[in-house]
Amino acid sequence: MTSAASSASAIERNNRPSGRKAVGFIGWILSPERRGPLLIAPAIITLVLVNIFPLLWSFGLSFFEYKANRLAPPVFKGLGNYSDVLTDPEIWARFQNTAIIVVGSVALQLVVGFLLALLFAQEFPLRRYLLMLVLSPMMLSLSAVGVFFKLFYDPTLGFISRFISMFTTDTYVILSTPARAIVAIVVADAWMWSPFVMLLVLAGLVSVPKYLYEAAEIDRAGWWRRFTTITFPYIRSLLLLALLFRTIETFKIFDIVYLLTEGGPGSSTETVSVYVYRLAFQFFRTSQASALGYIMVFAVIVLTSIYLYAIQSRRSEP
Amino acid sequence: MERAREIRAIGYAGWRRTLGAGIISLAYFFPVFYIIMTAFKTRPDALAMPIKFFFTPTFQNFYSVFLRADIQGGGTTNSGFGLYFFNSLFIGGTSVFLALIIGTSAAYGFSRFPLRGNETYLFIILTTRMLPPIIAIIPIFVLFRIFGLSGSYTGIIALYTAFNLPFSIWMAKSFFDDLDRDIEDAARMDGSSEWSVFRKICLPQVYGGLAATFVFAVILTWNEFLFALMLTGTETRTVPVAIARTIGGQVGVDWGLMSAIETLFIIPVVIVTFLLQNQLLRGVTFGTIRK
Repeated sequence: MTSAASSASAIERNNRPSGRKAVGFIGWILSPERRGPLLIAPAIITLVLVNIFPLLWSFGLSFFEYKANRLAPPVFKGLGNYSDVLTDPEIWARFQNTAIIVVGSVALQLVVGFLLALLFAQEFPLRRYLLMLVLSPMMLSLSAVGVFFKLFYDPTLGFISRFISMFTTDTYVILSTPARAIVAIVVADAWMWSPFVMLLVLAGLVSVPKYLYEAAEIDRAGWWRRFTTITFPYIRSLLLLALLFRTIETFKIFDIVYLLTEGGPGSSTETVSVYVYRLAFQFFRTSQASALGYIMVFAVIVLTSIYLYAIQSRRSEP
Repeated sequence: MERAREIRAIGYAGWRRTLGAGIISLAYFFPVFYIIMTAFKTRPDALAMPIKFFFTPTFQNFYSVFLRADIQGGGTTNSGFGLYFFNSLFIGGTSVFLALIIGTSAAYGFSRFPLRGNETYLFIILTTRMLPPIIAIIPIFVLFRIFGLSGSYTGIIALYTAFNLPFSIWMAKSFFDDLDRDIEDAARMDGSSEWSVFRKICLPQVYGGLAATFVFAVILTWNEFLFALMLTGTETRTVPVAIARTIGGQVGVDWGLMSAIETLFIIPVVIVTFLLQNQLLRGVTFGTIRK
């Protein structure tokens, strides 16, 4: 902000006809054309130092053979790490696990979030307070939610396991079989993020102009027809944004899996993020972990550009 | 100034909807409620089945969060959680404060003095935040060890400042973009300098938004797990890491104690969620969706 101050005062001086112009380097840097860059510079420098430089370093590393726990200097390997990673069936299994969790969780979030939005679309007494109850899960820590559900799924203590046990003959151990463990993760994640979808759908629902419903009333359009021809077109773009945003976020899922199952039983719930963590910090295959990481980065960049494109096109809608 | 939007509604449904929505909301909130309830229970009450909704509350679990009774003898040991809560607040507060100062300046630049390739810069900035944190942590972990930053406040605060920067920039920019430019132009016509346009006209209008951004970012940092797990030491450990270590380390977890820690950890978040309701949509989408 000090930069804004000095640049602004320089402008003042420049604009004043009788005032003397700042000269030399200071004058050059404070001139009006450099006002934008000057304001942005501190942010860019911080990001480059703390974020972008390490990323580029590890991008470079992904072309070398390197282990972070050895003193041996990196050896150039070309695309070796990438071909190792892409031909490894272990890694495809991790992608598959991640895909199952993403599809299951995002689908569940869209359905539950949509229904919650319909419930809260109209004003009613105490709405604000009830909204707080429904919205708070998404603000909680992913790690806190992981711990919550670890407790709920506990075979002797957890109320979810014990509730299911009432319908089965013996104790129901949720996190012990692959299929149940995946469902358990999906449920925890969807519980946390359905409110997010709800919030977006609500925004869409209230943006529908009232006169359209009034016109539909006059035309005696049925509930379904009103929904498909009036409501849905208005929430379609927001549903798409919710879908994209949640897909990006769920693709990276780490905390909940790490705390709930640690990828187990076996490696049946291990997601790509958890596997990268293992590769990097348990097996110390640093450069391979980086290579796998950059495959994820590529996917995220593609999804993020689609997301921003969708936002742009929503803005330009009438 | 543009008024902060409520979570708006269409039409009016009345008390009958309150009843329906009430039941569903309470069911949805039940997991959180259950944890808070368990925190006030004695061990036998916590284990009782069916779930006991009526019991004599105890504060024992909350004492134990900070002072743990020794297994032998009558003494107590400090569990360290006092420090961990302090660390979470201190690290979160400092890094968000720094990020907000740098971010607001950048956001004003991006909003009012667009560069060539403005959108590209903003895209790259957002991308650094959207990337899987696990990718960033690999090089940062190695570099922090080389520079001796792991386990220090400086290291983790620097990292969180950069981590909060994209969020601060996008949020602050969304608030600046919402302002009415005519007022600024009028001020310029009347001879205001660029600095007073920023200081006296733009900034006061976005104070509310910046405050919301601050609180939001503090929550994000308060909740963050992976960076803290890899880069904090015994002295700088934050609460999420301490919680994970507590459930990971022991054979039999004391769930009453665990719930008490969780309760202290999440209550501030639940309260803040209520206070921030109007800015929630903008906050959770990094300022990309405003309405």
